[in-house]
Amino acid sequence: MKPRSAAEQTYRGKPASPGLAMGALVRLAAQAQTVAETVESASAEKVRLEGAIGQAKGELSALIAANDAMGADILEFQRELLDDSALAEAAFAAIAGGSGAATAWRRALGEQIAAYESADDDYFRARAGDLADLRDRVIAALTGASGATSEEFPEGTILLADDLTPSRFLAMDWQRLGGAALTAGSRASHVAMLARARGVPLLTGLQGEPVGLAEEAVLDAQDGVLVVSPNAGTRALYAKRIAAAQEQHRRAQAALEQPAVTPAGQRIEVMVNVDDPGAVADEILAASDGVGLMRTEFLFIGRPRLPTEDEQHAAYVRILDRLGGKPVVIRTLDVGGDKPLPGVNLAAETNPFLGLRGIRLCLEKPELFRPQVRALLRAGVNRALRVMLPMIATADELTETRQVFAACLAELRAQGMPAELPPLGIMVETPAAAIAIDLLDAAFYSIGSNDLTQYVMAAARDSGGRVAALNDPGHPAVMRLIKHVVAHGQANARPVSLCGDMASDPALLKRLLATGLKRLSVAPAALGRIKLAIAEADPDHG
Amino acid sequence: MTAVTTSVTITHPIGLHARPAVKLTKLAKSFAAEIRLRGSPNGEWVDAKSIVKVMGLKLRTGTVLELEAKGEAAAPALAALQSLVERNFDEAAVGS
Repeated sequence: MKPRSAAEQTYRGKPASPGLAMGALVRLAAQAQTVAETVESASAEKVRLEGAIGQAKGELSALIAANDAMGADILEFQRELLDDSALAEAAFAAIAGGSGAATAWRRALGEQIAAYESADDDYFRARAGDLADLRDRVIAALTGASGATSEEFPEGTILLADDLTPSRFLAMDWQRLGGAALTAGSRASHVAMLARARGVPLLTGLQGEPVGLAEEAVLDAQDGVLVVSPNAGTRALYAKRIAAAQEQHRRAQAALEQPAVTPAGQRIEVMVNVDDPGAVADEILAASDGVGLMRTEFLFIGRPRLPTEDEQHAAYVRILDRLGGKPVVIRTLDVGGDKPLPGVNLAAETNPFLGLRGIRLCLEKPELFRPQVRALLRAGVNRALRVMLPMIATADELTETRQVFAACLAELRAQGMPAELPPLGIMVETPAAAIAIDLLDAAFYSIGSNDLTQYVMAAARDSGGRVAALNDPGHPAVMRLIKHVVAHGQANARPVSLCGDMASDPALLKRLLATGLKRLSVAPAALGRIKLAIAEADPDHG
Repeated sequence: MTAVTTSVTITHPIGLHARPAVKLTKLAKSFAAEIRLRGSPNGEWVDAKSIVKVMGLKLRTGTVLELEAKGEAAAPALAALQSLVERNFDEAAVGS
């Protein structure tokens, strides 16, 4: 075997997404920076640029549709920029002055990129990367070059580049690549956010640059180093660390696919909370025991008009069918005066969290509530639908809501439409509901620990300092109420679950399990971690 | 046509960044009113419907945002925008 001539070299960088990798080191060529163009008439150049911008928008829309929520958010920001005539204003002015489309576009974007690069704030500085991405995409459309295409590298390759644009990042197959080291870039860049979301190790701001062709490298995005041509000792050390990290990941993955069981043998149902069903992967739904809380606000907020009964029905059926028979708990609209709804006039309130919100608002505005109730009654036919009512404080509210469901059911049947009354449960989030739970005869209870804590402690969690410290779900006042509700459910054969961030804290999780709680609903990203924590929840150290 | 104005402090930790700017300009575009905003008492007024201009102001947390609207449904437009900023653009964890 040929002896290695290169000595080990270490380069420092800033960890932008944690992780370890060892593999071939490949330098990525920068994308073409200069374009030769023959200028036609100003009007022809204008049409060319308009066409290229239109094509770039189309490409972004296709990428948005093909990406997960986070990738889509970042690309949507770019599409909005492209959609804004202010972006290309200077370019069109230059074209009118005799410039070619590509030159005009490059210069106009260059000025805006420079303005972001000079920002004194990391975050805004990082937006230069989004504009560079748009610049390159439109230039590629102008020159007819294919945009960022999937590039082929050996398995486990570590990429070395000046910077990566979000488009180029999204075009790569990160299942096969080990990670990346960038000489530019920052933790605040969209590429760094994407890398963190996908677990791709990433170093930015690499100091110095490996010259020549190195064959192998170690990327340590925990401690912030890139080791080029590692010696045998370094390789052995990292091989061990990588194996340990893979083991931890494997255990969380294994836990994800298994039912959650405590060390004492108690099966715990772990369901997921769903905000926007489009953002939750099928594998996560398959690994869950169902959906413990599906919020419906996404259908109502930030839309030009309210969703129709049919639109809601289609959305509810879609999530129920994706779960293939596992229970789905859909919560009726939970908003207040702090969230504007299209076409619904609400008086301003000094304290919307103690005002007309949740079930109170729905009972007050039948024109808002009834289409949702009808859609739910239709969606529940032959499906494992449960409906949950938010902000219930009194038995009268429950009775009144049941009357609305009964009236809508009769109406649907009179219209000859199939409909079925689903089990109606309640969120336990007001102190009144938790204390006097015996007065609320619902099919099931779901403790909303975030709001319950806020109302019991009279402390908002988005406040700072002293107030935020009071927002403690582990406080005995909150824990006793949870225990009280769980005990009531057990004594009356009513299922009790908990949805809220406290389940994500391993110490609090043990205390929750000690109350006898057997069902949780958690954020999709936390599912594997929480199942592992349940399997390791040693009751003696709660 | 008289203009209505309001002001609101940006409390989102990283200021008016990409996703919030998308939300704010989209919400502004859903109203017919002419809406402008600025980030300092003597600062430049920019079109609240232009993400390029709004992002270009590089507004950080703690900035007092002045909003001004003229025309159809000017008051509800400002109320909706103010509420969006006050809610940290719905980016804080949703209560459950």
